[in-house]
Amino acid sequence: MMTGTGEYPAKRKKLEVLNRAWFILAALWFSLLLLPFKGLKPALILFFVLSAVILFMQYIAGFVRVLTARLHALTGRFKAVSLSHTTSLTVRASFLAVLMVLPFLAQDYFLDVVVLTGIYIILALGLNVIVGFTGLLHLGFAASYAIGAYTYALLNTKAGLGFWYSLPVCAGLAALSGAVIALPALRLKGDYLAIVTLGFGEIVRLILNNWDTFTGGPNGISGIAVPYFFGITIGRLGLHYYITLMAVVLTYVVVKRVRRSKTGRAWIAIREDEVCAATMGVNTMRYKLYAFAFGSFWAGLAGALFAVKMQFVSPESFTFIESVLILCMVILGGLGSIPGVIVGAIILVMLPEVLREVQTYRMLALGAGLIIMMIFRPQGLLGGWGDERRETKDE
Amino acid sequence: MHILEVRDITKHFSGIKAVEDVSFRVKEGAVASIIGPNGAGKTTLFNCLTGLTKPTKGSIFLSGNNISGLAPHRIVGFGIARTFQNIRLFREMTVLENVLVSQHLRIRSGMVGAVIRGREFIREEREIRDRAFEYLELVGLEDAADLPSLNLPYGDQRRLEIARALATEPKILLLDEPTAGMNPQETLGIMEIIKRLQGLGKTVIFIEHDMRVVMGISEAIIVLDHGVKIAEGSPDSIKNDPLVIEAYIGRNIFA
Repeated sequence: MMTGTGEYPAKRKKLEVLNRAWFILAALWFSLLLLPFKGLKPALILFFVLSAVILFMQYIAGFVRVLTARLHALTGRFKAVSLSHTTSLTVRASFLAVLMVLPFLAQDYFLDVVVLTGIYIILALGLNVIVGFTGLLHLGFAASYAIGAYTYALLNTKAGLGFWYSLPVCAGLAALSGAVIALPALRLKGDYLAIVTLGFGEIVRLILNNWDTFTGGPNGISGIAVPYFFGITIGRLGLHYYITLMAVVLTYVVVKRVRRSKTGRAWIAIREDEVCAATMGVNTMRYKLYAFAFGSFWAGLAGALFAVKMQFVSPESFTFIESVLILCMVILGGLGSIPGVIVGAIILVMLPEVLREVQTYRMLALGAGLIIMMIFRPQGLLGGWGDERRETKDE
Repeated sequence: MHILEVRDITKHFSGIKAVEDVSFRVKEGAVASIIGPNGAGKTTLFNCLTGLTKPTKGSIFLSGNNISGLAPHRIVGFGIARTFQNIRLFREMTVLENVLVSQHLRIRSGMVGAVIRGREFIREEREIRDRAFEYLELVGLEDAADLPSLNLPYGDQRRLEIARALATEPKILLLDEPTAGMNPQETLGIMEIIKRLQGLGKTVIFIEHDMRVVMGISEAIIVLDHGVKIAEGSPDSIKNDPLVIEAYIGRNIFA
């Protein structure tokens, strides 16, 4: 009944060697790209460093695999203590502890980048619900992001409403915007849906750009107030860092829990086979609507955080390219994989900062990286099987 | 007691008469089969019964409720589930998750419940998990629960489809060519499963080309040809029906 287990290790070995060859080739390409910008020596150095890192990582990976196998064998004997679970808990706790003290250790510049990363993680997690879970290509996600940002900006500057009161309104209005776009789009599939969502994104941006009396037009809205946070005084950036951290944790927990429920399963089922999902009792229209509203909700939250961070919003921040950037994070990390899209967001925000040294090079590297990804790992960095399986297993 | 009554179901696809005035009744707990040459309208009939296509005319009564023209997810709620001729699994989900999805209608907790993870949510999740394993056991797939469904061998994929349909807790199961592409031993396995379903009190209607299966387990047979019902009855009466023999002209299908 099961597939033969004998041939499996041999197959994996072969795959590993093949993988290594491809990775070395990728390293070579990156180095060649560097050549015209920095000269021969740095290119060679980059190549050797990349190759060494790749080989080292694979070497380590082998060890880790053996080690985890042994650990599993060990825990199998003492069934009462589930080691893997406790380690993951301690890892999570210590990771969070590091994040908590980060503002006291890091420089302002770094903290600023981290806050931006947090905002994009929320956006990527939101879009992942629509594109990754439900399989609906959404090219106008920046519109919901903009609605969140402008809602806070307007509520704050025109009505004098504070951050914490505005936040639910921002997220709620963004969710509503998601539902509004979903209504006409629900009967469309694939390319047609993508075009409608793209149109929606542009409409929102154009309204913001042209409704001078209300949104301030291209000049945007400035002078947005900074929120208070239980009276903690650790500098504005630090304050914002903690608010963003809280929002990221909230998004992560909520999205993960919804994914592992009836709703999440219905979304994946729709992605896999819509007709079949309907014959299993899933109201596909309703759940697609939920996906749009739920995903856009987080865009609204991220928008409010963005407005607070910048204390200024303008239509420039919510262009089509912004939608594409968020989509890239989701695809890079792995469609449908929650840890994946987080990694994707971190890479795509951090990478341009890290590569600031080589200004002209960084966009090229980004493009090249994405192309290589699409060829050799179309399911994304952490996407595909492993993740889904783990998620169902450790419940 | 008839659980399903189909009255004058007609389905036209812009001039093509796929199904024409087909009526039949199926007794509760019976195993019935629908046979007929290729293009006879068997799958279209199934699609009408499950709401995937709206019948042009006619009505379908399930335990007295008219369900014709309802959306597929509502018909599932009334108690009809199906499998597909060309296997349609949720390929990227595990075997277990496939069976969890089809218990969708049984869960009451919505998104808020899922986020809070209260006692009720945990209880419901545990319950559908346990049931999923029961259904997997019934088709002999309990050991494969954690495998990605796309990694299953062909025969197991068909059985998973049956388990998944069964998990919607239907009164009537529609199986669209459950033994297509199977070897004789796997076919026997499917026949065994169909008998088990009957033992559970389910009504089973299946489309089939393999006459050993049709004659072996069905109590009633409906024969379609060019969208029209040409015969109905017990296996013995169908075997000797001149119209049926004519429809299958040149082939001695009952050998």
